[in-house]
Amino acid sequence: MRELGALRRLDVDRASSRAAAGLAPRAEREGLVDVAFVEVQSPLGTLLAAATRRGLVRLAYPNEDRDQTLEELARLVSPRVLEAPARLDGIRRELDEYFGGQRKRFEFGVDFALSRGFTQRVLRATARIPFGSVSTYREVAERAGNDRAYRAAGNALGSNRVPIVVPCHRVLHSGGGLGGYTGGLDRKRFLLSLEGVL
Amino acid sequence: MSLPPFSAFLEQHRVDVYRFLVATVGPQHADDCFQETFLAALRAYPRLDPGTNLRAWILTIAGRKAIDHGRRARRAVPMAVLPERALPASPDGEPGLWRAVRELPPMQRAAIAHRYVLDLSYREVAEALGCSEEAARASAHEGRKRLRERLASMREDA
Repeated sequence: MRELGALRRLDVDRASSRAAAGLAPRAEREGLVDVAFVEVQSPLGTLLAAATRRGLVRLAYPNEDRDQTLEELARLVSPRVLEAPARLDGIRRELDEYFGGQRKRFEFGVDFALSRGFTQRVLRATARIPFGSVSTYREVAERAGNDRAYRAAGNALGSNRVPIVVPCHRVLHSGGGLGGYTGGLDRKRFLLSLEGVL
Repeated sequence: MSLPPFSAFLEQHRVDVYRFLVATVGPQHADDCFQETFLAALRAYPRLDPGTNLRAWILTIAGRKAIDHGRRARRAVPMAVLPERALPASPDGEPGLWRAVRELPPMQRAAIAHRYVLDLSYREVAEALGCSEEAARASAHEGRKRLRERLASMREDA
């Protein structure tokens, strides 16, 4: 029927996108969002930030695949993953201040749900390294309870799902070499010079 | 196999669900019914079997919400008191068509919406409506006939 074609010509893409954006606040009020995420602009590119009710669970660099990042959260935390910007207002502001040189400590909580065992202990030890100072793989391994496991500590830091806020960029080789970095060494250098270490 | 993140599921089906709701509850109520539909889905989502046909599932929920909305609207809206509100103009200005589709009996309306708005095959229409393929064909046929008559009489009135 020719008349029914009219139904097809409504701009449903835009209208449904707007209606979908209105879903997040309602879902938040009902406590149905287990993982909220939003994109955050930064000098290091567009970051993907995700938070549970306990805190920041994921911060992904632009080179990480967005779909895979969200799939991992759905699989390991909860499939109730929704773009819900309001929950991340706090961390977005803190990141802005950090990159603007106005903040040395993140107050927004961290949820270590994506790590386990020794890896999580290494990351928790790393979270305590203050702004402007650095540590070594051996030191964080020791603080995580096994001073000889510095290689494993390196792997743990390489799997950090909350870079910048859990500052794995502050961990260097004992000899003074930069070591590695998930986001690439340029980003590690950028962060260390922002903090006045390099 | 695991469920996709809800955000990906929403992105994949939002256009179809919205289109279906515009046809069944009208453009003015589509936003609210759309959100009701996906809120209900979000509530049940973690317990869903990952093998579920997600498209059929969400369209079934949307169908239920459209029926709930119809019941609520009939109970709660004293039509004689409310002024006739103009429907937002569709791009080619055929508000009469919206009304005519929504005035169809529920099965015919749903069959028309699934078939012509969502481009489903009769087999898929039958699956979504929980009836046989023949019944889906018959409902769509009846609906088309009624629509044609209704539109013809509107043109005569105009």
